[in-house]
Amino acid sequence: MRVLSLAARRLAASLPTLLIILAGMFLLLQLAPGDTVDALIAQMGGGGDAAMAEELRRFYGLDLSIPAQLGNYLWRLIRFDLGFSAIYGKPVATVIFERLPATLALMTAALSFAFFVGLVLGVIAAKRVNGWPDTVISTLGLLFYATPSFWFGLMAIVFFSVHLQWLPAGGFEDVAAGLTGFARLRDIAAHLVLPTLTLGLIFLAIYLRIMRASMLEVLTLDFVRTARAKGLDETRVMVRHVLRNAMLPMVTLIGLQAGTMLGGSVVVESVFSLPGLGRLAYEAVVQRDLNTLLGIVFISAMLVIFVNFLVDLLYARLDPRIGTGGAP
Amino acid sequence: MDMNRRALLLTSAALAANVVAPEAAFAQEQPRRGGIMTVHFPTEQRILNPSLQASTGVYIVGGKIQEPLVDLDAAGNPAPCLAESWEATPDGKTITFKLRQGVTWHDGKPFTSADVQFTAMEMWKKILNYGSTLQLFLDAVDTPDAHTAIFRYSRPMPLNLLLRALPDLGYVSAKHVYEGTDIRQNPANTAPMGTGPFRFVQYERGQFIIADRNPNYWRNNLPYLDRVVWRVVTDRSAAAAQMESGQLLFSPFSALSIADFTRLGRDPRFEVTTRGNEGNARTNTLEFNFRNPVLADIRVRRAIAHALDIPFFIENFLGTFAKAGTGPIPTTSPDFYPANMPQYPFNRAQANRLLDEAGHRRGAGGVRFTLRLTPAPWGEDIALWSTFIQQSLNEVGIKVEIIRLDAAGFLRTVYNDWNFDLATGWHQYRNDPAVSTTVWYRSGQNKGAPWTNQWGWTDAETDRLIDAAATELDPARRKALYADFVRRANTELPLWMPIEQIFVSVINKRLRNHSNTPRWASSSWHDLWLAS
Repeated sequence: MRVLSLAARRLAASLPTLLIILAGMFLLLQLAPGDTVDALIAQMGGGGDAAMAEELRRFYGLDLSIPAQLGNYLWRLIRFDLGFSAIYGKPVATVIFERLPATLALMTAALSFAFFVGLVLGVIAAKRVNGWPDTVISTLGLLFYATPSFWFGLMAIVFFSVHLQWLPAGGFEDVAAGLTGFARLRDIAAHLVLPTLTLGLIFLAIYLRIMRASMLEVLTLDFVRTARAKGLDETRVMVRHVLRNAMLPMVTLIGLQAGTMLGGSVVVESVFSLPGLGRLAYEAVVQRDLNTLLGIVFISAMLVIFVNFLVDLLYARLDPRIGTGGAP
Repeated sequence: MDMNRRALLLTSAALAANVVAPEAAFAQEQPRRGGIMTVHFPTEQRILNPSLQASTGVYIVGGKIQEPLVDLDAAGNPAPCLAESWEATPDGKTITFKLRQGVTWHDGKPFTSADVQFTAMEMWKKILNYGSTLQLFLDAVDTPDAHTAIFRYSRPMPLNLLLRALPDLGYVSAKHVYEGTDIRQNPANTAPMGTGPFRFVQYERGQFIIADRNPNYWRNNLPYLDRVVWRVVTDRSAAAAQMESGQLLFSPFSALSIADFTRLGRDPRFEVTTRGNEGNARTNTLEFNFRNPVLADIRVRRAIAHALDIPFFIENFLGTFAKAGTGPIPTTSPDFYPANMPQYPFNRAQANRLLDEAGHRRGAGGVRFTLRLTPAPWGEDIALWSTFIQQSLNEVGIKVEIIRLDAAGFLRTVYNDWNFDLATGWHQYRNDPAVSTTVWYRSGQNKGAPWTNQWGWTDAETDRLIDAAATELDPARRKALYADFVRRANTELPLWMPIEQIFVSVINKRLRNHSNTPRWASSSWHDLWLAS
């Protein structure tokens, strides 16, 4: 019950933010020259007459004034209607829903990979601080962090797909083969290996650094000395006392990065031809498809709010001193 | 006939550098049935029905599913497709098509003249880009029987113009699918139904499109392929990698980077060629805004043209797939190409002299005046070309500021807001100057209509030549009128078209019977097969 009321309060508090984001996005896109009809005509390669352009503008509701368009949009949103996508010719909700599986699969895989590998490497580096494992791990982390993801992705394709032919070069699944069931899942997993590594490696570096620093800090605290003085063995000290406390900044970070990853994977999605939300958003901007873009912003914002809510709950579990805010 | 043979010769001569002729070597091979063709599809399309939108992005998919009345044969001449024969009355106002019998739509219903009538009147005339201009004077299509369609025009329509336009602008849709619906919102727009060798199966946005073999295709025992899959790949380098890994077998319409054309061209697994795209020639433009008084002076426009070293640019940036252009009609169109037209060879001294004469003396830092250049965002060549213009004009004392915009922004800024000094992009030549070329010069275009005369330039003589040629029925006189038009255009120079290009295809050599017509990438692929 407490969790539910907390969720409700969280949602209510984020409504104004959501409204400001949507209105701001709408107005920002008005500043870009050209509208979705211009984008459509660019795709046609010309030859349309003025009457046709006018008819299309009416069709897309662009003949109204800007405040009227914004008003219409918000009114529809209140009724949970995200509108109709100009590029895709179907409801925005459907368009986004089609893209969610790939986005979430990639995001979850990349974040888990970065989180767990970062955690393990961070612990190793902290335990052997200034030793050779620490140097190797830290240098690698820096290297991953400094490498642009598109380059990393392309090099991975050239090496693993073109030369070794181990993994597919792109796409979400092999449509030509027409696989079903478990074989299809395996095929999708094979397609996600390279994008996950590409996206995950950059975040891995951050987790690794944070984990290392956090571990080093906690290791110097009094309760660790107490634990050791009690005669606990080193593994127990590490896992029960140090790790648990050192995890807090990691959890904070995962909450923040879930949002970044939703929007920030345009490059990886393009390089690996994945049908994710990032590419959809890019396409929506280029084609001036306002409804789709605002829909994506809306859904992403909701997802971020949801993930942060989960993070708050996790905090409470990791550190009992932090309550869920329900009791005084 | 003689003209056509010459056309073929000229075309092959022009392309000699790029043409490898594998057909001869494979002539004895037995076509293999089956296999899946995978095609690079770089953009997200709103429409896949070529009766509603004329663009390469639509033909590459819809052209396999739907068919036009007329197609082009290997020599580039009109060839029967859904229409078996045609004839025009001497006054050019009535054109009769005899339609193929025994053709069925993918849903099993018969294809009849009613479909042609409906598509022509409701789609080509009202919605199809370029079609609405071509069919402006189409009054009615009569259907005396199920296999005869009589097109009635209020002004003479040159039969040759119509036949050269129809392969692109003559795709037929099924009346029973569209009648009584809102055509723009019909679900068949993205799930097309036709008479072609492949039937539409699925369009998964951002991922792929699938079409399967049509077992009831009217060309008996064709097509050879079982399935065509178009894979959406937006990143050029990623697409090149997928060509190399074999996930893609064909990348059409210059969709890879220029560096990859060169690299894959040296790889024995691929053929990189302009063959099969001769019907899709384009020229790079340099557009002048006459509302800027500096550019309204013809000496300044000529000086700018003289300041550009085109052969140097092509050799160092575009490579073997481009050549120097000579004006609005490219050399790939021998039926209309006029030789010996006024030209502006690279001559920096001449450029400086003209600018001095025009009264633009060099000021501080050697700068005469400043111009804004707005390049179109499509095509790597345009970005290179705009930088080259900037640096070349700098040499003659014209400072150029490049303003980069995306597609929607470019069209709006240049063709609707007229907020530019110089603009550059592509002019697409569609087999006859009347289709999409003369609109760049004819006055009286609607404000905001892209790729038309929005320069603030009006010339009565040019307008007269364009109008006379559009309704001239005699091919020889028509060619002469277009020669006069090009002479006038190159003299007055409202815009300059100094580079000529043909789209480049990258093809896996397992493909057979490919690139065998001038619009092969757009065509139906009924005879395409895959070697194992």
